[in-house]
Amino acid sequence: MGASQTRAEHQYQDLADKTGFSFEQIKNLYQRFQQLSGNEETISRANLDSIPALANNPIRKQIIGAFFDKRNQHQDEVGSCDQIGFEQFLMVMSHFRPPNLRTTDEEKEAMRKEKLRFLFNMHDSDNDGTITLAEYRKVVEELMSKSGEIGQETAKAIADAAMLEVASINVPNMGPEEFYEGITFEHFEEILKGLEMESRMHIRFLDVDTSTMRCGKSQS
Amino acid sequence: MAELRPARCWRTGFFFCLWLLLFLSVASGSLVVVSGSNETSGGPAGDTPEDPHHQTNSTTHKKAFPVLSFNYQDVRKPFVISLWILLALLMKLGFHIIPNISNVVPESCLLIGVGLLVGGIIKAIGEEAPVLDTKLFFHYLLPPIILDAGYFLPIRAFMENMGTILVFAVVGTLWNVFFIGGMIFAVCQIEGVQLAGVDLLSCLLFGSIVSAVDPVAVLAVFEEIQINELLHILVFGESLLNDAVTVVLYHLFEEFSHAGTVTVLDGVLGVVCFFVVSLGGVMVGAIYGFLGAFTSRFTTHTRVIEPLFVFLYSYMAYLSAEVFHLSGIMSLIACGVIMRPYVEANVSHKSYTTIKYFLKMWSSVSETLIFIFLGVSTVAGPHAWNWTFVISTVILCLVSRVLGVIGLTCIINKFRIVKLTKKDQFIVAYGGLRGAIAFSLGFLLTDNERKNMFLTAIITVIFFTVFVQGMTIRPLVELLAVKKKKESKPSINEEIHTQFLGHLLTGIEDICGHYGHHHWKDKLNRFNKTYLKKWLIAGERSTEPQLISFYNKMEMKQAMMLVESGSTAKLPSTLSSVSMQNIQQRGSGNRRAIPSISKSREQEIRKILRSNLQKTRQRLRSYSRHDLMIDPFEDNVSEVRFRKQRVEMERRMSHYLTVPTNRQETPSVRKVCFEPEHQVFTYDNSESPRGPRARPDPGPLDAISLVSESQRPNQSREPRAKVPEEQEEQDQLKLSRCLSDPGPNQEEDLS
Repeated sequence: MGASQTRAEHQYQDLADKTGFSFEQIKNLYQRFQQLSGNEETISRANLDSIPALANNPIRKQIIGAFFDKRNQHQDEVGSCDQIGFEQFLMVMSHFRPPNLRTTDEEKEAMRKEKLRFLFNMHDSDNDGTITLAEYRKVVEELMSKSGEIGQETAKAIADAAMLEVASINVPNMGPEEFYEGITFEHFEEILKGLEMESRMHIRFLDVDTSTMRCGKSQS
Repeated sequence: MAELRPARCWRTGFFFCLWLLLFLSVASGSLVVVSGSNETSGGPAGDTPEDPHHQTNSTTHKKAFPVLSFNYQDVRKPFVISLWILLALLMKLGFHIIPNISNVVPESCLLIGVGLLVGGIIKAIGEEAPVLDTKLFFHYLLPPIILDAGYFLPIRAFMENMGTILVFAVVGTLWNVFFIGGMIFAVCQIEGVQLAGVDLLSCLLFGSIVSAVDPVAVLAVFEEIQINELLHILVFGESLLNDAVTVVLYHLFEEFSHAGTVTVLDGVLGVVCFFVVSLGGVMVGAIYGFLGAFTSRFTTHTRVIEPLFVFLYSYMAYLSAEVFHLSGIMSLIACGVIMRPYVEANVSHKSYTTIKYFLKMWSSVSETLIFIFLGVSTVAGPHAWNWTFVISTVILCLVSRVLGVIGLTCIINKFRIVKLTKKDQFIVAYGGLRGAIAFSLGFLLTDNERKNMFLTAIITVIFFTVFVQGMTIRPLVELLAVKKKKESKPSINEEIHTQFLGHLLTGIEDICGHYGHHHWKDKLNRFNKTYLKKWLIAGERSTEPQLISFYNKMEMKQAMMLVESGSTAKLPSTLSSVSMQNIQQRGSGNRRAIPSISKSREQEIRKILRSNLQKTRQRLRSYSRHDLMIDPFEDNVSEVRFRKQRVEMERRMSHYLTVPTNRQETPSVRKVCFEPEHQVFTYDNSESPRGPRARPDPGPLDAISLVSESQRPNQSREPRAKVPEEQEEQDQLKLSRCLSDPGPNQEEDLS
């Protein structure tokens, strides 16, 4: 018992250093991981698909895809895998940590870049470094997919307008012959800088075990 | 030249105002009007007859039929009220003409100053000055301000910080009350200050009056300093929500001070009362809000009275809450917040504008009147100055506020994601202004010798916070480099990503397995969509997703802005040269040279253009049949001007592809409908397939088609939906080349 505990703690220490979570949070997430994977070592897409609450989410596929996307593992690999282990699960989750009072401005900047990168990867499905018009259209379509019969036209129109806006902001003086290839990461940052990602893109990670309490607000 | 004019304006304005003040103060009296001021009264010059004369018709001696008579008494009341309001507004106008003052001194201070002046004049003349009547204040002056605030409350920021706001409002106010009340009692116990007669309950009552942050004062000052959204909503939200606490405590202590003794049961009942008051108020407001939203669903045929529903339902919510001694302010806020999304989806654009402007107008007038009356009442009211009491009240207010904020922030920061920094804490503490609510509540106290002392102290605190804190908060904000409000244009990208983020975070929360903030928000949204919207929004807009309404709204704003800006010179500088061509995929065809379009399409275009030209010519000819030869020329000039305007607008609009909505019935839709007087071209545009051809890079000719296009952008897009997709893009590219060609010829024709 003692030996396995120290081994677990050692593992957790590693993970805590890499991802920035606290021990309690890692423990909770591990329990959830076990739950999702059916007590196995890895989870597959089917495991995540089977979460009932996700059924109503219009961008479910992208979210699940993000977990299996190698680009989110900060290891300069590309492509996607079929199974992920706990460490990869944690890495993806670490994108959603909030800043705390002691985070310096540079750290906040780095955090924001990281979160924006995550979003960017979700949109840029073919990993060519830009979000093209087709990809953006797909994003908008997915976003409105659960909202009833809106139709492709609308999504296209909105995506076009959005793309135009990006182009107008970033490259305002394009001649009529030039072609705007797609949204690069810098342009992406530029258009979303008003949203303050580091404060908005986060969820509360729990420090206490709530598997016994199924409903109610979180209490981090 | 430019320097002379403001000085001259200032002087004339000054003298006019002075004269107006004089007249006003005299008119408020009930005695005979001074002869020098009969200009506006419209009566004859010279000696005016005394009142009794014209009241009696049957006089003993026969007098000549009065050609002109003077009867001031009948209209005295509305006359005086109107005069007061006029004075208030002229003052407000004056402050903005004099450029330097309004930058340094907040408007509220200036208005109180004016009130002091007027009060002084009235007192000097020897008249009875009108006091800020409590009923007048609570029933007529306060509701418009609160409704304006509630209707335009930024919901997202409010909900996100709800916990913090509630803690500040409830716990903070309680702390203030007991601290101030207790310490004042301790001060009164000191020997030699002649305050021995003040007992604990009175002190607590006094504390409960003076410790509540006032929404009117906060709004007045914070509006001008344009501080960032978080701090604004914290202080402002607190000032709104502490009304419940204030109401309960005030009534509680008043009852107790009459009863004399307090038991534990009373304490418990007090706590229960608080929940009843606040939740009851919110519920009353919610009921009226839903009623209002439901009513607005049926107003498609009576657009003119739509704004009235909003105002009346809200006012009824306020009054109904006051009937039961519930918190009227919370009821009003709840009503506005709940009603707004559904009403905005239902009413026409003009009604929306009307609602917005009337609310702003009323709240502006109310605020101005409140501050002026505050000044007047200060001069008028009986005062009992007691140095110790007043000074210690002011100091204690400051100290308790600072301690309260710091203490509570320590606790709150443990639960917040975005922590409150020291700078934020300072602004929150410094922004705790007291205002007219405290004064009116003080006025409601029962008359005894302590009341005057309390009133004096309250007025001093109000003056201190409004003048000292109000004036210094702006330089302090600059000094501390507090974040200002972001100038954000609505951006479709931000909206898309906000929604995307919402769904993403909800999804991640679901994967993590706990029901957090986003989960519940998402649930509420879905509930709203499936049930509430069906009931409360008329027609097809009930199924319109948020992104599309946002998009339409933004587009409309752009179009209207362009029309209103008049000439091309005033267009916003953000106009970039990027157009649809730059982002359309080269994919299908790679045809960038001038392509050919299908014969039939070309025929259509020519036919339509020709018919438009004919119509224009007809109009011109009809003008020349009348007398003035100048008309066709003038029309041409305005035509050309208009054409330029439309050209730019069309360029702008082509940047935002409109949504081909399938809205057939349209009166409820906020379309781009230009009033008839704007139209130079008056033909009707029932010609059907307008869609793609009228759109891209316009030549001067396109102005005609543009107007028709712009008049019904939504409807005209419908046929486009049926056009096969792959052809569209090509067509757009082609037509842009094609249509620019026949330009010059046509222009000649018209001119």
